[in-house]
Amino acid sequence: MVILRLTGICKSFGGVAALRDVSFSLAEGEIHGLVGENGAGKSTLMKIIAGVHHEFDGDMQLAGERVRFTSARDARAAGIGMVHQELSAVRTLSVAENVYLGVQPLTRFGTIDWAAMRRGAGEHLASLGIKLDPRTEMGALPLGLQQLVEIARVLFSGARIIILDEPTSALSPPEVERLFGVLHQVRASGRSVVFISHFLDDVLAVCDRVTVFRNGRNVATADCADVDKGWIIDQMIGTGHGELAETYTEERQLGAPSGLRVVMEANGLTVPGAFRDVSLRVHGGEVLGIYGFMGSGQLELARTLFGKLPPRRGRIAIEGRLTHLRSTAQARRAGIALVPESRRSMLFAQEPVFKNMTISVLDRLSRLFLRPAAERAIARRHIEALRIRPPFPDRRLGTLSGGNQQKVALARWLTHPPKVLVLSEPTRGMDVGAKDDVMKIVRDLRAQGMGIVVVSTEPETVLALADRILVMKKGVVVREFAAEPVSKDRLLAAA
Amino acid sequence: MSEQLGETIVRGRGGATGWLRGQLRNIAPFATLLFLVVFFSLASPSFLTVGNLYNVLTQISVTGIIAVGLTFVILCAEIDLSVASIANAIGIVVAFFTLQDASVNIANVPLPGWAAIVVALAACFALGAVNAFGLTVIGIPSFIMTLAMLQIAAGICALLVRGQIAYAVPKLVVTLGSKSLGPVPWIVIVAAVIMLLAHLVLTYTRFGRYVYMVGGNREAAEYSGVNVRAILSAVMIISALCSGVAGMLGVAYFGSAQQNEFDTYLLDSISAVVVGGTSLFGGQGGIGNTLIGLFVLGVLNNGLDHVDIDSFLKILIRGLILLIALVINVYAQRLRSAEAGG
Repeated sequence: MVILRLTGICKSFGGVAALRDVSFSLAEGEIHGLVGENGAGKSTLMKIIAGVHHEFDGDMQLAGERVRFTSARDARAAGIGMVHQELSAVRTLSVAENVYLGVQPLTRFGTIDWAAMRRGAGEHLASLGIKLDPRTEMGALPLGLQQLVEIARVLFSGARIIILDEPTSALSPPEVERLFGVLHQVRASGRSVVFISHFLDDVLAVCDRVTVFRNGRNVATADCADVDKGWIIDQMIGTGHGELAETYTEERQLGAPSGLRVVMEANGLTVPGAFRDVSLRVHGGEVLGIYGFMGSGQLELARTLFGKLPPRRGRIAIEGRLTHLRSTAQARRAGIALVPESRRSMLFAQEPVFKNMTISVLDRLSRLFLRPAAERAIARRHIEALRIRPPFPDRRLGTLSGGNQQKVALARWLTHPPKVLVLSEPTRGMDVGAKDDVMKIVRDLRAQGMGIVVVSTEPETVLALADRILVMKKGVVVREFAAEPVSKDRLLAAA
Repeated sequence: MSEQLGETIVRGRGGATGWLRGQLRNIAPFATLLFLVVFFSLASPSFLTVGNLYNVLTQISVTGIIAVGLTFVILCAEIDLSVASIANAIGIVVAFFTLQDASVNIANVPLPGWAAIVVALAACFALGAVNAFGLTVIGIPSFIMTLAMLQIAAGICALLVRGQIAYAVPKLVVTLGSKSLGPVPWIVIVAAVIMLLAHLVLTYTRFGRYVYMVGGNREAAEYSGVNVRAILSAVMIISALCSGVAGMLGVAYFGSAQQNEFDTYLLDSISAVVVGGTSLFGGQGGIGNTLIGLFVLGVLNNGLDHVDIDSFLKILIRGLILLIALVINVYAQRLRSAEAGG
């Protein structure tokens, strides 16, 4: 029996269509996989179901009745629960208190009935096959167990439909198995699960059906028993469907010119909870791409290379010299630069453009007293070279557009070019023109002999720029593409 | 996004009103000062005289020297609650190492004047370094770290004087603290020189730029390869040194060194910085703002003595002025953030 049915859903943001005539149905006692690239519309659809977005065209039926949620609270009351990738458990409370969050049982005297709470939580967890002492403090549990408790909490609050957003991205294989066990229990009790994931193997292992999104459309729904990973990737990126297909399966021959010298070498880098045993080499005049889904540890790796997140184990050598990076100031002096994924965390919005450009070279520019004229000259040079608009060194940075801010962030490192430039998500959220500009800058820098690392969750960015590609998955480098043809479908299949 | 941006640009350059909104932080304290001066001049014939001007200047000098160090700290979006306590302790240290009159019953260690001053400066450097260590190496929030230092410095005061009062301080300190050069008290000159120096450092040196950048966006400063810990350590030590100098001169100015002598200076110096318009969120303001803030408080304190007013009401009025300054401070921050687009 169908518990949730959506038909003809259309939703757009500021004139840009996010969902076009989408239909989706969820059966009672079903685990339903939802896959698609970033921006394909999965999250938008789930937010509509969870009552976050309530302005849309189309029809939604819950257990045969037409519903229209006006808030997330509405959706919760109707029995729809969501577990996000970043868990929202209260880490300082016990497991039992988390399960009973907001609905603590009271004694006759109006105090909290701890005994009843422990007993009830214990029984509830056991019914899902979770063996756990309800008195344990949440924060002391590994992430995998916290997630199970959160799922238990959502079900305990009366959810009939539970939406899981990337539930396996941070889990080890045994934890994934345990999660699947719990999901089977949930299914056996007649409740339904929507399983959003980039990990297609996990989707195929646990789901009954899978729905594929592409460009805001539901392009296919199939029984998992009938399909394989290759078919899903084809659906996701549109092979054989004409539209844009060539860009997705187009092969790019990788391979940098031979005989480049190694500028940076990292061995066995480990940051617990982020990535482990990562080794890599960066050559001068080469772009090394690092690709992985959100939460694969590649963004943290970029910070470690810049001394922002010192590694627990492992070593980094710059031009053969071992360097212990304990701070960003050290990394900068060693010749490493980073443009982080969030512009906000590297720019001074309230300061003029020229101060944003010279902050990293002030110590070369002046010993004691500042030289504003020299600073503005440097700024004007970068503004012209990078075509930054409006072209005024004294304009407050916060008034520039996102693409121009990103160029300012890049410009900061170009006055005294570093040996290694690490770019984290260099083109995220940019319009096409700005993207092209940034890519051109990166290629110019490579031609000058700089070693460049491009870290991204967008396969297009890595494919467009990299000479060599490392694929990361759950904190580990799982594949290296070098001197061989690569295409988007191969990249996705490796991740 | 682009629509929003267009709007902010228009508003950012929106002629006189736009400029006024952007300068609210600087204009409001100055307007307050003008208002107070005009008000007291009309209310009392004895207020607007050269002699009284020197009174005001002398009265704000000790606070002013402390507030200079505090300005560095607050520009970095930190706080130093130990300033007055350190001032008190260093005033007592310099007296402790000076030969006291036989009637003073303190087991002190007389040293030559220059040596006593060097020891006192070393002591305040050390106290500042402890603040810096707690903040940047151990990671204790400055509010708590300097609260502990407030107690520690008060403890040093108590141990050294043991309830007694010392009077003698080195000759140089006596001169700078309580003598005059012509009509101008030396303490005013010292305060002015320190303020000028601090202003030059903040405006024209690399270190000054780093202070503003660390205060404006600490994460961005770190992502720019700025040694944020070094900058924070430096401002904590500068704050302690300023407090130490203020403490020595203050003891000479008061004519005695004893416990709890500087208790009111903590709130006065913080008030001066904030009333002047330096942002509590860091990155905006400066010595010029602090100077105006000092004058607002100084004129208010002094002026209220010239008019016939309930002396108990004075305390309340000062509280209200501080509250208004805080409201403007937070409001100006919000306006500015909105204009910068986040």
